[in-house]
Amino acid sequence: MAVYSLRPLRGEGFRALPMRIRMNQAISRAIADEMESDPRVVVFGEDVAVAEGPFKTSEGLLTTFGADRVRDTPISETGFLGAAVGAAMTGLRPVTEIMFIEFLGVAFDQVVTEAALMHYLSGGRFNVPMVVRASAGSGLGFGCQHSQTLERWMLGTPGLKLAVSSGARTAYGLTRAAIRDNNPVVLLEPRALYGERENVEPGEGSIIELGTAETVREGSDVTVVALGQTVKVALDAEAAGSWSGEVIDLLSLMPWDKEAVLSSVRRTGRLVVVEENQFTGGWGTEIASFVSSAGFGDLKAPVLRITAPDVPVPFGQELERRFLPSAEYVVQQVDALLANNRAPAPWWKEFV
Amino acid sequence: MSITKHTDEKIEVQRRVELAASPLARLQRMIEIRFVEDRIQDLFAQGLIPGTTHTSQGQEAVAVALGSATRPTDIVCCTYRGHGIALALGIRPEAVLGEVLGRQIGCMGGLGGSMHLSDPAIGLLPTFAIVGAGTPVAVGAALQFATLKSDGVAVSVFGDGATNIGGFHEGLNLAAVWNLPAVFLCENNLYGEYSPIATTTAVTDIAERAASYNMPSEIVDGQDVDLVEAAISRAVERARSGGGPTLIEAKTYRYAGHSRSDKAPYRPDGELDAWLARDPIELYAKKLESTGDLGGRTLDEIRDEQRGFIDDAEAAAVASPSGSVAQMFAHVLAP
Repeated sequence: MAVYSLRPLRGEGFRALPMRIRMNQAISRAIADEMESDPRVVVFGEDVAVAEGPFKTSEGLLTTFGADRVRDTPISETGFLGAAVGAAMTGLRPVTEIMFIEFLGVAFDQVVTEAALMHYLSGGRFNVPMVVRASAGSGLGFGCQHSQTLERWMLGTPGLKLAVSSGARTAYGLTRAAIRDNNPVVLLEPRALYGERENVEPGEGSIIELGTAETVREGSDVTVVALGQTVKVALDAEAAGSWSGEVIDLLSLMPWDKEAVLSSVRRTGRLVVVEENQFTGGWGTEIASFVSSAGFGDLKAPVLRITAPDVPVPFGQELERRFLPSAEYVVQQVDALLANNRAPAPWWKEFV
Repeated sequence: MSITKHTDEKIEVQRRVELAASPLARLQRMIEIRFVEDRIQDLFAQGLIPGTTHTSQGQEAVAVALGSATRPTDIVCCTYRGHGIALALGIRPEAVLGEVLGRQIGCMGGLGGSMHLSDPAIGLLPTFAIVGAGTPVAVGAALQFATLKSDGVAVSVFGDGATNIGGFHEGLNLAAVWNLPAVFLCENNLYGEYSPIATTTAVTDIAERAASYNMPSEIVDGQDVDLVEAAISRAVERARSGGGPTLIEAKTYRYAGHSRSDKAPYRPDGELDAWLARDPIELYAKKLESTGDLGGRTLDEIRDEQRGFIDDAEAAAVASPSGSVAQMFAHVLAP
């Protein structure tokens, strides 16, 4: 094994496992581990090389793997995402970084119309093993053009995989799985969690297969499906609530783990989906629709989606806090659902 | 399940390499392209094919020069006006006609259609139906060659209309900044869809745009296959030897409208006739006649022979079953 110069990992005992590290460190480590084992893995994006990433998610990569494999790009998302498509189709495994998920908008063609369709359009003879990592979500006061999650832009795109990390451990596992996958994978990272620490055990055993959810808490009254930043919200709500919730971290949206969700709902008889995105067209619509059909006979109550309101993400701290469903709000909503098995109205009902 | 069985890599590679070796082969291929595209227009006119198609009659010299100046191991990204380039790079006429018809014999097994032709054996990525999308993708293929230290070259082929979209500029800039083995080949046919170049484009010569990216460029007569081939060969050689990217502008013309339904009423009187007088096939046949490279045959005899080949190819394509439902599900995600 080569000697890494992953600075943040050094003082913490490189080989001492598990390590309590930040999510951005876990991402750097995951990429480094894949680069170490596969020389085809390359990294490029805006300020990912010399500056080691605006959110420090590529620390040590340039110094460890060199300028041929770790490159800064111009501010040119169409250019470098397109380059990732071409590089992936012809033999490399590019890992690209979109600094804020909104920036994908200027290069969306390359992801949903080029990368996602090239395997199909070549009758299966070209693969596109590329990763698009992007920071996403609210909570840091970046304003409405830098705070969305935007999973829904990509939902239902054939040929694309989509996953969302919920902390350092899942970021490590999903990042490695995404780099190994032979398809284009969009990997969203809740920006507010980059600095949060978790125990991470680097190694093959920590890779999380795309398309599998994790039951992070077992419970009996209600299944609570969460994603990214709302996983902690759901866990906090479950801890504070008077009910027993089974909390599922969905992790992957395309494909998503239908069996994990459905089998849990069969036990609990209730489904609550906690989403950071706005209500209309959020990822939870797909979960709710599927379970309402396939699990209809098992449901004791209507499926409840707890989401942000249909407004842009506000800037002011108090307002932004209000935008994202809080643990207290989830407790209230689930309490109300359990009280009479009817779905309560959202808090913003009086404003719309 | 793979559709590889519908292609024959040996034949395709052979069809590619023979272009560089034989002037007569280059003439024959230009005639083949013309006949295949004429046939495609006929099939659409007969109502046998839904959707649309974009033909390139008049631009055959650029396609054949590209096939001749590059290797099957190089990578080409081209546009939805791609029948000519697909044929020039080596895909067989029955695989192009079959794809346009949506048949299993098609190079994509009928999944792609006229706008999406591909074959890895000769380095053609699926042709791009989004204007400008293929240029940064070609840059990525060039990045791969540079990173893995091979001497491959990636070529992006596009029209004048594509040079007004961001992907073109981002691709050229990136290739220049990273000094990649890329060639940008513009088929300037004077119209972006229905609009004449002067109404949409701030420069008359697309080659001027290379200056913004500190990149060498060249303007070439797109109706002369040997001149185009020489220009592409210079650029390819520069790229292979580490000299970085080049922009080539081939001045050419499409005889048909933008797409199947476009009769091109916007063209000034006499313009088409002026270009027909410099038809790339006629020009090259005359040249080969004077150099004795027609092998003792007349142009008409060579045309008749090619017509027979295309008759056979069309019959094979029409006889092939339509694309299979299993194929439709087989290639959504890679294993």
